[in-house]
Amino acid sequence: MSSCAKRGRRLSSFVLPAATLWQRELVRFWRQKSRVLGVVASPLVFWLLIGSGSNDLARYYSGALVLTVMFSAIFSTISIIEDRREGFLLSMMVSPAPRTSLVLGKILGSATLAWIQGLIFLCFAPLAGVRIGVLELIPVALAILLISFTLTGLGFVIAWRMESTAGFHAIMNLLLVPMWMVSGSLFPMATAHGWVRWLMWANPLTYSIALLNHTLALPNAQPGAAASLLVTLAFGLVLLAASGIMAAQKSTHSTA
Amino acid sequence: MIEVANLTHRYGERTALSNVTFEVAQGEIFGLLGPNGGGKSTLFRILSTMMAPSEGRAVIGGCDVVRDRAAVRRQVGVVFQTQSLDKALTVEENLRAQGHLHGLSGALLRERMEHAMTPLGLEDRRKDVVEKLSGGLRRRVEIAKALLHRPPVLLMDEASTGLDPAARRDLTRHIERLRDQEGVTILLTTHVLEEADRCNRLALLHQGQIVTEGSPQALCARIGGDVVVLEAEDAKALAGSIEQRFGLRASQVDGQVRVEIENGHRFIAEVVEAFPGAIQSVGLHKPTLEDVFVRETGAQIE
Repeated sequence: MSSCAKRGRRLSSFVLPAATLWQRELVRFWRQKSRVLGVVASPLVFWLLIGSGSNDLARYYSGALVLTVMFSAIFSTISIIEDRREGFLLSMMVSPAPRTSLVLGKILGSATLAWIQGLIFLCFAPLAGVRIGVLELIPVALAILLISFTLTGLGFVIAWRMESTAGFHAIMNLLLVPMWMVSGSLFPMATAHGWVRWLMWANPLTYSIALLNHTLALPNAQPGAAASLLVTLAFGLVLLAASGIMAAQKSTHSTA
Repeated sequence: MIEVANLTHRYGERTALSNVTFEVAQGEIFGLLGPNGGGKSTLFRILSTMMAPSEGRAVIGGCDVVRDRAAVRRQVGVVFQTQSLDKALTVEENLRAQGHLHGLSGALLRERMEHAMTPLGLEDRRKDVVEKLSGGLRRRVEIAKALLHRPPVLLMDEASTGLDPAARRDLTRHIERLRDQEGVTILLTTHVLEEADRCNRLALLHQGQIVTEGSPQALCARIGGDVVVLEAEDAKALAGSIEQRFGLRASQVDGQVRVEIENGHRFIAEVVEAFPGAIQSVGLHKPTLEDVFVRETGAQIE
């Protein structure tokens, strides 16, 4: 029958679903403003405790900022698991909108939220002794945006196949938090010992923290600026591509 | 409008659907009646393109649910058993987002939203956040959402779950209006007998198989006469004694003995006389879908 013929994909049928999902994330965020507090508060407390205790707020600042972005990205992507069983994602799955467009919208939305919360954390930079001029703000904001995309992609890749949020918490504690710990957030690569040093070298997050230290002119900016930017960018692109590929795969068994 | 042929689905070792075949004509309400775990949800998932069957095929409006998945999705509206609305958004925002997923926008989308909301009585609620709506209203928003792209087919999975009887009747009324005024073909799954009674045709699904199908009236008419239900301490023994003494078929389910018979009132007098003290309660009714189900499967529906 002719009605079954595959329709040519118009640009609007790709852009419109992505845009509506992006907007949905922002509207939800705006209506649940207490979420900001939840995401920004704990890294802020960690930072103030560790930084004040060791009398070196500057050293731990970038790590705390990345933790804020990570929490935000992870909480947004975790919602995929619940949303798919009981929620908005269900009707998305049976709509003709291309999966890749849905994934893009979700990631764009979650990354934007993570970015906004990273920028909120940036307001505390003066406490770390950082003075940012308007012009210097641009590279910092771009770096945070890039890191937001990277961590959202990471969260998505983990969440997409998971059946329950219980498993996500295990991954959070066994993978994500340790990954953050050996990223230069707590101790610099230069002073790390033995195999942990190798872990840090192989950890993409190390480069994200270094990128922030470079743009904020904070100490311990190691590896170098170009390497930090390239690795973070590459990591982000790989994760975005992986998200797209995973989402486009056909499900043969239950999607619920 | 919907053709299902030899559909079989397995989850690993377990067979959830076994060789299911049926057809639904344009403009009818077709019900899949059966207990939970009978295969309804599996069938629903296959028809709504959420998963592919192990064997067999299903065609909606001429399009195969596996091969022409995108075309099927344009032709069906889906109402899920669980909520598919975003609770933090308003009614209007939910509908608009759904429209965008279907590539609708601008004036056309606004017109479709009006068209979907008005008959369901949602126009005064458009600015309400879904979280604050009652269960019945949320269901209506789900339906409005499913109909936004004007699909000729509506699939509903246990749509009345969690609704009180008034909201359930209200829902049925809306579905019948859709069929009568818009010519929408509706396939619904249910384990609620009152809901099944309002369908044009029914298929009884039990342990992954269709045990019988037909209009509710035709199914009930097959039994003929009356149904006598007896409760007894030892239902099994009573059923055996009745079969011996009266030469009738007496089925026994959950501590009840059921007998299908013409002129049930006469039988009651005889049976109570015959087994004094053995019977705890006696009931007589005209055949219902529940009797049909018990007769065909030997099991209760709920």
